[in-house]
Amino acid sequence: MSKWDSPVAPGTPPEPASEGLVADETMALGELLPDGSIPEFDETLHEKPENQWLEMWRSLKANRAALVSLIFIAFLALLAVIGPYITPYNPIETNMANALKPPSAQHWFGTDQLGMDIFSRVIAGTRVSLTVGLLAVSIALTVGIILGAVAGYAGGWVDTVIMRVMDMMLSVPSILLAITLMAALGKGIDKAVVAIGLVSIPEYARIVRGSILSIKENDYVAAAHVVGLSDSRIILRHVLPNALSVIIVRATLGISSAVLDTAALGFLGLGVQPPQAEWGDMLGRARGFIFQAPHTLLFPGMAITATVLAFNLLGDGLRDALDPKARIK
Amino acid sequence: MLKFIIKRVLMVIPVMIGVSIIVFSLMRVFSPDPAPIVLGQHATQEAITTWRMANGLDKPVVVQYLTYLWGALQGDLGVSYFSKASVAKEIGARFPATIELAIAAIIFASIFGILLGVVAAVKKNSIFDAAGSLIALVGVSIPIFWLGILLIMFFSGFLHLLPSGGRINVLLEPARVTGFYMVDAVIAGDWAALKDALLHLVLPSLALGMYSMAIITRMTRSSMLESLGQEYVRTARAKGLREIKVVGKHALRNSLIPVTTVIGLQFGALLGGALLTESVFSWPGIGKFTVDSILKSDFPVVQGIVLLVALIFVTVNLVADLVYAYLDPRIKYASKKEG
Repeated sequence: MSKWDSPVAPGTPPEPASEGLVADETMALGELLPDGSIPEFDETLHEKPENQWLEMWRSLKANRAALVSLIFIAFLALLAVIGPYITPYNPIETNMANALKPPSAQHWFGTDQLGMDIFSRVIAGTRVSLTVGLLAVSIALTVGIILGAVAGYAGGWVDTVIMRVMDMMLSVPSILLAITLMAALGKGIDKAVVAIGLVSIPEYARIVRGSILSIKENDYVAAAHVVGLSDSRIILRHVLPNALSVIIVRATLGISSAVLDTAALGFLGLGVQPPQAEWGDMLGRARGFIFQAPHTLLFPGMAITATVLAFNLLGDGLRDALDPKARIK
Repeated sequence: MLKFIIKRVLMVIPVMIGVSIIVFSLMRVFSPDPAPIVLGQHATQEAITTWRMANGLDKPVVVQYLTYLWGALQGDLGVSYFSKASVAKEIGARFPATIELAIAAIIFASIFGILLGVVAAVKKNSIFDAAGSLIALVGVSIPIFWLGILLIMFFSGFLHLLPSGGRINVLLEPARVTGFYMVDAVIAGDWAALKDALLHLVLPSLALGMYSMAIITRMTRSSMLESLGQEYVRTARAKGLREIKVVGKHALRNSLIPVTTVIGLQFGALLGGALLTESVFSWPGIGKFTVDSILKSDFPVVQGIVLLVALIFVTVNLVADLVYAYLDPRIKYASKKEG
């Protein structure tokens, strides 16, 4: 603490909290990072943001699997947006005379038990899966960050209460908790979003709390206190940005589990309601035709696996890019 | 050590009470009224009132909860809205099937996960390492239920090698002693039943265990790589010990410490995955029962299952923690200094 006494002399009013802040940070950086020799300091987290993102991008570009995944995810996002306009058939149009036809030139992925075109339905399902994944992770992130930040920063009984509730949620397998929530909320894709989002809150709360506990001890946070910044401002401007990299990695991996959970709820018949197309729901409804028409079960499953795989690879790549030390070579 | 154990065991109580409160409020406060679902849309107001009174739903929620908690502590989890049978009995009848499946899955996952992880670490950057990584990656990305479907398509539909669902050929079902077919068949000395039950177990435990296997492979690999880089491994090699002994005795033993914790955590997670696996393989366990009960709004059953699964999950984690503390001298030492 003593080294902060000289810039802010006793009696001097704290500097207005605008650009002056950066000076404090650079002082901390200047003192702690001359040649990166201080071991307990995680450099990747504390470089200036521009460098961090640039470095991350460079490292990510070198990782072929992650890059391909990123391109694939971009392609999925495009499909989610324009999908409904490019499907060769109406994805919810039934045609019983044409049911369970194997893949052909007219129907690339064949038709399902109601004669609906599977190719069109797989494309239409992209929007559902990606939207649910993103929304569920957004819910979990928002609530998780707030709870984790408050717990980590406040400490004491607030911390104990929040984290014990998180422990309770973690002591029920997430898919069981999600379907129990669905029982209370009712069926439907909007309910699925809420259920999947709620059950993944504890992961984020834990991560954010952990990073905050470790970051809280750093000198620049102490410095921010000394210059008289409010707690919420310190959390938002100084603590959270430094926990951001960990959160981004977790959120990317979180989308993959949200996509899996969506498919699982759909498979159990708790997700979208027919005739809307969703990958898990397609598998659930076609499973009676497993021997008669295996193609009905191949393509939706491939779509789920490829999407989840892409988010997992991207998440792994981001983790390596953001924290070279965590890389296992 | 004793202090650590007692502290850790006592922590289970508030967690379980908390879980019971969460589940109870989900089922009784936030859920739609089950009466019209159970009695049908055309039930009279009178019938609904009588039914609500019979099931104690007319009392204040706090009273309902305390009654439920008091009963649960004595093993009484209430009565199913539909079958009118005791929930504890209904769960007890199906529980061994799920545990048998989960145990088979965790055995499969542990054996192959550790094996793959060790090979990948020892032959780092080889084709084995690449194959291990690929399996681990696909294992965490493939939906359990789709993997189950693929396995049925290939092994039952295409090769006609293994049954596509169910626990056993009904004609061979052994007399119920424990409810675990493996055990019951051995008790009865019925080898045909044992073989049939084992064959039925193969595909579901593969499907259920794949995710855990992937996690265990990753964990073992990174933990092994760490041990292999340690001084004592170099020393062992310098002493001229044979490579198999260096890897097996010195490196592996230390690497397995963190792996035990992961296996413990995975066993709990398997109970969640069992919901889906049982659904695919028509496995008559609590997973399928849960889904059916949720679809029917049979809340006492759902509550009972969630509580039971949470209890198992918490207990397994507790055991894994204690085993970890036992295996890792640093933790023992720290708690000794503390107390």
